[in-house]
Amino acid sequence: MWKFIHQLASPPHFYTIASRIVPWFVFAGLLSVGYATYAGLFLAPADYQQGDAFRIIYVHVPSAYLSMVAYMIMAVSAGIGLIWRIKLSHAVAAAAAPLGAWFTFLALATGSIWGKPMWGTWWEWGDPRLTSELIMLFLYFGYMALRGAIDDTVKADKSSAVLALVGAVNVPIIHFSVEWWSSLHQGATLVKKGGPAMDPAMLYPLLAMILGFTFLFGALLLRRVRAEVLFRERRTRWVKELILSGEGPR
Amino acid sequence: MEGLAMGGYGAYVWTCFILAAVVFVICEWRARLRLRQVYRDIEVRIKALGDTQ
Repeated sequence: MWKFIHQLASPPHFYTIASRIVPWFVFAGLLSVGYATYAGLFLAPADYQQGDAFRIIYVHVPSAYLSMVAYMIMAVSAGIGLIWRIKLSHAVAAAAAPLGAWFTFLALATGSIWGKPMWGTWWEWGDPRLTSELIMLFLYFGYMALRGAIDDTVKADKSSAVLALVGAVNVPIIHFSVEWWSSLHQGATLVKKGGPAMDPAMLYPLLAMILGFTFLFGALLLRRVRAEVLFRERRTRWVKELILSGEGPR
Repeated sequence: MEGLAMGGYGAYVWTCFILAAVVFVICEWRARLRLRQVYRDIEVRIKALGDTQ
């Protein structure tokens, strides 16, 4: 196991493995999202309170979940890079940030669109879930701005890693905000004691959508990490050999 | 058409799904663009080094 992890942390090995995995992730992701979209929009019954507006959860929940997963990937990778100085970790952290920002934006936008017909407002500043999610978007922006402001990659890695780790405190705040404070946002539906509080006809498309989003996110992340690895290793022999082989970026 | 109207919530629901598709397309496009850009920069650098040697 440790040998495999050690091998995977080697940039050329990772680059090759990632190139092979990406198409499979895309295939599994599209298949899962395709099924979930059809089932979520046309097969699942309308909610007895929210009507058809509830179908927004099929994009809102997966994007909100991935916004937090991306942050945890970024923070954990940055932490590993900071402590054990594994080069690949900083590349993963740097690659996860823009994706995390996009998925946070998607979660906020779809939540806002859902809020208008359900709450009667696009945004509620007093709501802890909305505000903490917005803070996470700013943390992503801060992380990327900090990286962009420092030319030296090693210094940029270290400084941004500290920011990523400090900002990680916001992730449990987002998750538990609906329990800790009074919130307009509904409580946990999927991960709760006694199992999910949803009818299977609504639940299965949601789980399929979360799975599909995760596969597609994985494919995007691997593609970005590959570019980041190539950039960081641009002066090495293996990259030169790769370029001269004329294989081209896949 | 009734199915598309989603009981009056169609505009909200479809906007969210379209927005999600747009975000995925942008992320994919940017990831590919970055990889191609890095690849091309390295190609140019290797060529330049080869010309000077």
